Amino acid sequence: MPEPYETPSDALTPSTVGKAAEADLVGVPGTVAGPDPTLAFEGTTGLGTGTAPDSRAAADGEVATPGPPVAEPGPGLGPARGLWQDAWCDLRRNPVFVVSAVLILFLVLISAWPTLIAPGSPLQCDLADSRRGSAPGHPFGFDSQGCDVYTRTVHGARASVTVGICATAGVALLGSVVGGLAGFFGGWGDALLSRLTDVFFGIPMLLGGLVFLSVVRSGSVWPVVGFLVLLGWPQVARIARGAVIGAIQQDYVLAARALGAGNARLLLRHILPNAVAPVIVVATIALGTFVSLEATLSYLGVGLKPPTVSWGIDISAASTLVRNAPHMLLYPAGALSLTVLAFIMLGDAVRDALDPKLR
Amino acid sequence: MGRYVLRRLLQMVPVFLGTTLLIFVMVYALGDPVAAFFGDRAPDPATAARIRAELGLDQPLWRQYVDYLGRILTGDFGTAFNGRQVTELMTSAFPVTLRLTLVAFVIEMGFGVVLGVVSGLRRGRLVDTSVLAFTLLVISVPTFVTGYLLQYLLGVRWNLVPPAVSPQAPLRELLLPGVVLALVSLAYVTRLTRTSVAENARADYLRTAVAKGLPRRRVVVRHLLRNSLVPVVTFLGVDIGTLMAGAIVTERIFNIQGVGYHLWQGILRQNSPTVVGFVTVLVLVFLFANLLVDLLYAALDPRIRYA
Repeated sequence: MPEPYETPSDALTPSTVGKAAEADLVGVPGTVAGPDPTLAFEGTTGLGTGTAPDSRAAADGEVATPGPPVAEPGPGLGPARGLWQDAWCDLRRNPVFVVSAVLILFLVLISAWPTLIAPGSPLQCDLADSRRGSAPGHPFGFDSQGCDVYTRTVHGARASVTVGICATAGVALLGSVVGGLAGFFGGWGDALLSRLTDVFFGIPMLLGGLVFLSVVRSGSVWPVVGFLVLLGWPQVARIARGAVIGAIQQDYVLAARALGAGNARLLLRHILPNAVAPVIVVATIALGTFVSLEATLSYLGVGLKPPTVSWGIDISAASTLVRNAPHMLLYPAGALSLTVLAFIMLGDAVRDALDPKLR
Repeated sequence: MGRYVLRRLLQMVPVFLGTTLLIFVMVYALGDPVAAFFGDRAPDPATAARIRAELGLDQPLWRQYVDYLGRILTGDFGTAFNGRQVTELMTSAFPVTLRLTLVAFVIEMGFGVVLGVVSGLRRGRLVDTSVLAFTLLVISVPTFVTGYLLQYLLGVRWNLVPPAVSPQAPLRELLLPGVVLALVSLAYVTRLTRTSVAENARADYLRTAVAKGLPRRRVVVRHLLRNSLVPVVTFLGVDIGTLMAGAIVTERIFNIQGVGYHLWQGILRQNSPTVVGFVTVLVLVFLFANLLVDLLYAALDPRIRYA
């Protein structure tokens, strides 16, 4: 791979590297990054930065498909251990993954059925209890409206988990479809996509969220999810585009095309299994970011709004009273931090398992 | 080089137009600035129509946008709804935020790179593991939680630093807000440096440098660090956006009257000229910062040439 190469279709600016790194904040930049910029490298590229898409895909190919072009239906079902099985074996033995997976399962469980561990209603409050510390049956105490902090903390998980998972699913789906098609077909659609992603990258997420959500009247989770998908998909699209462009140049794709495979078959059977890994990595890492972003927006008063029960809202309400009743802030904040931590650890573990370059 | 900069500047034009259009549409088409004048009550239709005409809001949206762009190019960002010039607000707000961002920047670069190098060189040891755990913790606790906690502990409980910032915002008072703003980025810088140092520590050129008998300090600073900083520099371009947006939260916590504070106020009060003006300038800053970062690559890595 050390020889100079050209970007497959559209001339991208060096800032692409930067944008790609954004996707991969928690890890090595460029390992899952999209296409390299139009830089002319003289000599070897021993640099730890943007790995060329083809090198990445080649590494992928070596690990993932030791034999002839994959003829397996779906990822990793054949006898040879593919990238997926390999990754799964890795993950199962990784304590970070196990801990975060258990935590996330628990969070999903209590967001689906919060009454399992907190039978009360989060909206049933008695002003007489305002700001009281912990009491029997109410371990976390009460907030300034006299609501039980424990009940509200448990019920608040639903908003965060819903936003995180739905936004990530939406971003991954939209981004990989658009990015993948653009990378596969190239041409003017691809050029348009590149410019479009440039536009979206020009707006920092929090800033855009503040502006966009401030005009939304509804206080439910769906506008927040919609916004996160709207501003988040270009990042995944860029990664997916790079991965697809990398996979297209592989011999097995050429071979399949020579054998007369149509575009749909090429995309679904040959390119998708080999290009989906970076997208999954970026998406899992984004999960934690989205949860954190939602809480921040709710804290600023533009995301979720009461009566939706959310940690961001509770923290915002408690923040002015932190000197008198710190417990009102600490419990929702702790729950939020734990959730974000679990998602970020999951992202880390998945990246380590799916990125052969780090092995 | 000159041609490259020119090309990049030209490419910036459509991006700038697209971004501002997006913001403009969000604020003016989705929101209703005139309704905001009347608070919770429904506006009197005749008055609303008069205000609309006065502000040019009765024109079609594209017309408003073109007019707005024309005015921006002559340095006129319009008048906020409370009668103050937006540019006047900016001149009072930007220096404050610039100072805050600079403090945060110095902190995150200084501590981030040092921590990253230390842990990257001792991969797998105790130092490395604890630094990693620290970064995980910092990333997962949201800024507004760390902000309130540090403000409460350092500012109120132990009285080490002033808990709020006066309107003049001297550097001394900006230290704690700077730390709060920098923390998350610091963790990312640490992790990036760590990975790239650990990767480059196995490189041939480093072994050569050691074999030549160069002192350790020189090997690390001149050979290892210079090559390892490229991804960190990449991150900085993105990070400037994060810092600017993060300033909204930090400035709210510490009551700093900077860009974030005014922007947040503008959004709460649906003060559209303020919001669009500030966001436009922030987007410009962001775009230019990214250009600067791209040019920095060439300085760090002579193999990168711009055609």
